[in-house]
Amino acid sequence: MISCEEAATICNKTQYKEASFSEKIQLKLHLLFCSTCAMFSKKNAKLTNLCQKANLQNLTEKEKLKMKQEIRKKI
Amino acid sequence: MMARKFERPDRNMKVVKPNSITFDMHEKNMTAHQLNPDTWVDSYADYLFNYAIARVSDTEIAKDLVQETFFAGLKSAKNYKGDAAERTWLIAILKRKVIDYYRKINSKKGKAEVRVNYSSNGDSDGDWIEEQVADPFSSFENDSLENEELGVAIYDCIAQLPQKQSLVFTMKTIRGMSTEDICNELDINPSNLWVMIHRARTTLMGCLNQNWFNL
Repeated sequence: MISCEEAATICNKTQYKEASFSEKIQLKLHLLFCSTCAMFSKKNAKLTNLCQKANLQNLTEKEKLKMKQEIRKKI
Repeated sequence: MMARKFERPDRNMKVVKPNSITFDMHEKNMTAHQLNPDTWVDSYADYLFNYAIARVSDTEIAKDLVQETFFAGLKSAKNYKGDAAERTWLIAILKRKVIDYYRKINSKKGKAEVRVNYSSNGDSDGDWIEEQVADPFSSFENDSLENEELGVAIYDCIAQLPQKQSLVFTMKTIRGMSTEDICNELDINPSNLWVMIHRARTTLMGCLNQNWFNL
């Protein structure tokens, strides 16, 4: 049986599809008995869902570096 | 206003020495109002970029607007009174830039020829009005609107995270980098990374719960 902390870590890993098969089974088993973790898992999945839905954009490091250089020129 | 504050103790300093203490105080006051353009890109670029992209829906234009915002911020840095946080102040500038952008393309549009056809594929007739009525069962329009606001809400929450956590979270979630790459780049071990991810996610859940009710 895994602890809640371990369960949380595996749960986070599943959000990024990085949990192994045995980890997933352990988590599922834990969630059957632990309502707190089940709640956390549900919310965690929702957060992942929201992040996907929002289609967040990010500037790459290269673009940021260029911006910094431009700013430095102006100073 | 700041300049005046600065002059007075300067003048007094020549007369009596103890005033140098007040001078120090004012100097401290000055630094509190100062902006740090060096940190702007790291701290605000993503946030501003998302704000812009929600409004102009073109990555290139959004990028330019963010860059222009930084330039404008530099130019008017001496007008910054410290009433608002740096980020709020920059967003205010960006808002102006977005408005300016739309003004510019609108004035261009006036010169172009506008053609209105019933349908794009040649001549065909039908009931124009009937076909333009919004579909009450379509949630499509609202979805895209909500998603834009959602993006800004998420970035609002990410901005409240400690710097390292927000960095790890954005690398992992938004840029979708692999655990290994992040660990190499930031020189941390995987269990360290997962702890940070966990903290970031819990904070974000709480934050979005307040700002975005349906989590």
